[in-house]
Amino acid sequence: MWAGARRVALRIGGAILVLWAAATVTFFAVRLIPGDPAQAFLGGPGSQASAEALARVRAENGFDLPLWQQYLGYLGRLLRGDLGTSYSLHAPVADVVGEQLLGTLELALWSLVIAWIIALGLALWSVAGGRVAAHVAAGIEMTAAVLPHFWLGSVLILLFATGLGWFPAIATPDARGIILPALTLAIPLAGFLAQLLREALQEAAAQPFVLTARARGESRVGVFARHTLRHAAGPAIGLTGWAFGSLMSGAVVVETIFARPGLGRTLVSAVQVRDVPLVIGLTLVAAAAYLVVSVLSDLAERALNPALRVSRDALVERALEAETPAAPGTFSTPGAFGTSGTSEPSGIFEQPETSGTEPRA
Amino acid sequence: MSSLRRSARHIPQALAALVLLLLVIAAVFPGLFAPGDPLAINPADGFQPPNTTHPFGTDGSGRDLYTRVIHGTGPSLLIGLGATALGIGLATVLGFVAGLGPRWLDFGTSRVIEVMLAFPGLVLALLVMVISGPGAFGATVAVGLATAPGYARIIRGRVREIAGSGFVEAARVQGRGRMRILTRHILPGTARSLASLATLGLGQAIVWVCALSFLGLGVAPPAAEWGALLNDGRQFIATFWWLTFFPGLFIVLTAVSATVLGRGLAKTTRSVS
Repeated sequence: MWAGARRVALRIGGAILVLWAAATVTFFAVRLIPGDPAQAFLGGPGSQASAEALARVRAENGFDLPLWQQYLGYLGRLLRGDLGTSYSLHAPVADVVGEQLLGTLELALWSLVIAWIIALGLALWSVAGGRVAAHVAAGIEMTAAVLPHFWLGSVLILLFATGLGWFPAIATPDARGIILPALTLAIPLAGFLAQLLREALQEAAAQPFVLTARARGESRVGVFARHTLRHAAGPAIGLTGWAFGSLMSGAVVVETIFARPGLGRTLVSAVQVRDVPLVIGLTLVAAAAYLVVSVLSDLAERALNPALRVSRDALVERALEAETPAAPGTFSTPGAFGTSGTSEPSGIFEQPETSGTEPRA
Repeated sequence: MSSLRRSARHIPQALAALVLLLLVIAAVFPGLFAPGDPLAINPADGFQPPNTTHPFGTDGSGRDLYTRVIHGTGPSLLIGLGATALGIGLATVLGFVAGLGPRWLDFGTSRVIEVMLAFPGLVLALLVMVISGPGAFGATVAVGLATAPGYARIIRGRVREIAGSGFVEAARVQGRGRMRILTRHILPGTARSLASLATLGLGQAIVWVCALSFLGLGVAPPAAEWGALLNDGRQFIATFWWLTFFPGLFIVLTAVSATVLGRGLAKTTRSVS
């Protein structure tokens, strides 16, 4: 119990440290931006602001103070939740973020749900369908995982909006309007999750406890639902934090294609007009969201399968590179449900790699 | 496994290599595939759907999209290569420092990597774009920096794995110097991983650079770079679909080929090591 509490405290402490470092990096990165911040505040170099107005803005915003004082003031304001004032919208950044947050969260959640459904379907089909299915699924997964959002979004618009007319091409606030944007985000993510799930399912199916459960007389379906799937879903759930981060990146593109209000679209327009406080505010919010979801998904994963303390880092590494050589003594026996595909798995995870995922004694 | 089956397994990789080779040829000698001028306008031919004279259709000024896509291969691959080189280069330095340095250095470097990872990739790239300003150079730097932390973590893991393996231990016991172990064992051991990582990364980098251009922050539209073409066609997605479809298809083709080839390389790495 105490070890668990300590782990949670360490994770949260680590997240706060990372946030602080992120805020510091962005603060000093802004100093690299050419141009006078006071001028930017008054509408950019073209605005011909008077010297008095510039001086007033400098004094009001503390641009004339020594750097360390500005830095401390900035951190203090951050702690109070004050992200500054947007140059272009002339509204507090926190308010802008608050307005746009809901749209992006809604989009991200829908995408996560859809991605999970597709990934589960694909992974189950490839595990249950034998060798050919595994190969086909691996191909689909890999292609889906690399599809760029900007292209997928336009193809979906072409098919379902202009072609079939099922869904609107421009995002509308109702449920019909969110399907295409959510699908655009979900398909690449589903490809990625499915690769991970399939690998984990094949690995879990080869574990001794599956054989034991079958020997006890449990049905195939029962073993699958109670043991294999639970065992295999953990790592993918643990990756939800990472997935959320990738959704934030994707939202930037998807919200632009579908003209959907949200953080991503606001970020793009803020970058275009070089609205520095808004860009920083949005990046910090994105980083914070990523960290919060990472901690939460980490905890969920542990709650789901306490025996399986998989290092999330190791999983991300594995998933991103498929470089890990097979550990000696890898289970390469065919799975328990006729998953002959395991003897020759294809795709990103060539060999079930057990060293990182075995329950620690 | 029969040799036939074994060679059948390499068909996707051979195809991927062929596609990439053709793309490189198109990048260096675009005139071979598309002899026309990518900037030649012909307003009477505006917004032609794909047909026999214009296989990919034309844009609003009547420029032939096929010619523009082919001529866009060079800049697109070049920016992608630049971003990959920057990302992998930076990641290699970070990964080696963290993987081989003393504990405190590893701790410090790993935290730096973690902070960079906390920014979702495209968001970090956009932050860099604000600092550097839009353009091809900015996009290269932005994507390079945004992809570096992920690679750094992988390289660090690989370096540590090799540094802790039996043959390095054996070399150490034999009294080999640290530099010798680094250059004779650890560097060659990571070289293949780096090669596969760079190939995988190239596809991703091109996608990311094009995403930036698509958002209007990368290469400016008169140029024929793929992302710029996408940005050109962005407002016509629902009406003149070919303007985004074909440049996007080339991006997807490049990304899929790079991924297939990169994974193939990763597999051979494994069977060798």
